Amino acid sequence: MTIEVAGLSKHFKVHRRPPGLAAAVRSLWRRRYDTVKAVDDVTFTIARGERVGFLGPNGAGKTTTMKVLSGLLHPTAGTVRVEGHQPFRREPDFLRRITLVMGQKQQLLWDLPPSETYALNRAVFGVDPAQARQTIAELTELLGLAGLTDKPTRQLSLGERMKCELAAALLHRPTTLFLDEPTIGLDVAMQVTIRDFIRDYNQRHDATVLLTSHYMDDVVALCPRVIVIDGGRLIHDGDLRALVKTMIPDKLVSFTGGVPAEEVARLGEVVKAEGGRTTVRVPEARLREVVSHVLDRAGADLAVEDPPLEDVMRKLFKDKRAGAPAPAGEPAP
Amino acid sequence: MMRAARALPTLIRVGMVEAIAYRAEMVVWLLTTTMPLVMLGLWTSVADEAPFRAWATRDFVAYYLVALVVRNLTSNWVAWQISEEVRTGAVSGRLLRPVHPFLGYLGTHLGAVPLRAIAVAPVIAIMMATSARGVLVTDAAHLALVAAAIVGAWLLTFGVFLCLGSLGFFLDKAMGIIEVYFGVFAIMSGYLIPLALLPGWVRAIAQVLPFRSMLGDPVAIAIGRVPDAGDAARLVALQWAWAIGLLALATWLWRTGVRRYEAFGG
Repeated sequence: MTIEVAGLSKHFKVHRRPPGLAAAVRSLWRRRYDTVKAVDDVTFTIARGERVGFLGPNGAGKTTTMKVLSGLLHPTAGTVRVEGHQPFRREPDFLRRITLVMGQKQQLLWDLPPSETYALNRAVFGVDPAQARQTIAELTELLGLAGLTDKPTRQLSLGERMKCELAAALLHRPTTLFLDEPTIGLDVAMQVTIRDFIRDYNQRHDATVLLTSHYMDDVVALCPRVIVIDGGRLIHDGDLRALVKTMIPDKLVSFTGGVPAEEVARLGEVVKAEGGRTTVRVPEARLREVVSHVLDRAGADLAVEDPPLEDVMRKLFKDKRAGAPAPAGEPAP
Repeated sequence: MMRAARALPTLIRVGMVEAIAYRAEMVVWLLTTTMPLVMLGLWTSVADEAPFRAWATRDFVAYYLVALVVRNLTSNWVAWQISEEVRTGAVSGRLLRPVHPFLGYLGTHLGAVPLRAIAVAPVIAIMMATSARGVLVTDAAHLALVAAAIVGAWLLTFGVFLCLGSLGFFLDKAMGIIEVYFGVFAIMSGYLIPLALLPGWVRAIAQVLPFRSMLGDPVAIAIGRVPDAGDAARLVALQWAWAIGLLALATWLWRTGVRRYEAFGG
């Protein structure tokens, strides 16, 4: 296993103070601290080469877990091993095998061109100059960096900067990638570029990828397996498709014209009807019947999809908070 | 260790490129270290009347101009840098590199030294054109000790600032401590007044603190106030011992602090 996490907890002491001058003065000699359980007794393993989506609402503990796995934070309890190392020791051999990309935090030297960060990373990671040249050439081609690396970082657009950030983070060819919101703020085309690149890197180098993203399209496109946490606790670990099927065992059938309005309501719950295209939610048991009915009327213009992952997540968190048991995780293929 | 040593030239080169990119900020920074010139004006007006405790005008000119050179060559802003990086979580990037973060800071601040040297060159030129020139040491032994004392002062200042910056792991804002430090430094290092002119009890305190090794002692050696080379060598040895001790303290503070680091941001 590349990543082994057992009973991981990370608690923070947080200073609480009501607003106002009086409270500010009082807090000088009487400080009140609360303990926040950012991560609470989380256990999972990830095998070499897996691409795993790490999902949860804001404040669920995803980034904290990533920071523990990459060695930035010391765990409060539990054991963690990544690439055979205890991350918090931050041994050089461990740091040469991993990378952490945080979409909201840049590591490029702000006022210098990215090429200077590449030179610095090449030196500190001890990458052979010939190998560094080859890697940069490869990354330049895959990410379309030509013409970007000699402009000061501050003059690059967000998308350009993220591409250069990824290149800097991968220059030493790490085999475990922790990607925290790598596509945040990027336009759709750039998101697709980054996704394709991550999949390509994973396949070329058999790299293990743990990805957090609020864009469910990233997760659907990249991750056969998802780990879901909420309130610091793990609530699901397993195959993405199985999770979707368990949580919302319906399909979305969409078609254009051909079916009389009075029949549409009988097919299933109408989710959307605009621009002449209708989408209905159909229980899986009736899928065959509905599809053949629509095909008879609407011809070939028909699509069958899983419900959006956003809906699945919303239902999962709602059920969990209502006290329903979490769906059993099925192993990813 | 060897890998870290091999990385250092690149770190220094990138530090130089950064220093050039931030040249305007550096000039502003250097302009904030002109206190010796203010004190020079004050003391020369006193000494013009009559020498003050065996210090003539040219002694004060030499002292404060050399102090300005030493201060600008040996100072850095690593305490502010670390404090800010810890507060904002930017230090995470350094913690993910397989070399000690101090090496990265070392590269950045050594890289700024050539630009600092260029900035103080006019001060040296002015000094050589005045009567202060006659006060400066010229023999090889003292010149070598001056060079060693300036390198030692750089290392000692770097060590002190690493300690102050590392306090950022323990305090919400270490900047307040840094301001207090500067007040103590100004008196106890000889930055404001030559140590020899301080009241006896203040001088006694200054003797046992590291600040004199950061400025006053190197300046005293350079302007011939420590005529015996053996005495000067002992001052340099003491200075290097302080530097090694404070660098070790900084390493311990950093290692302890990182365990408390909460990696804010992102």
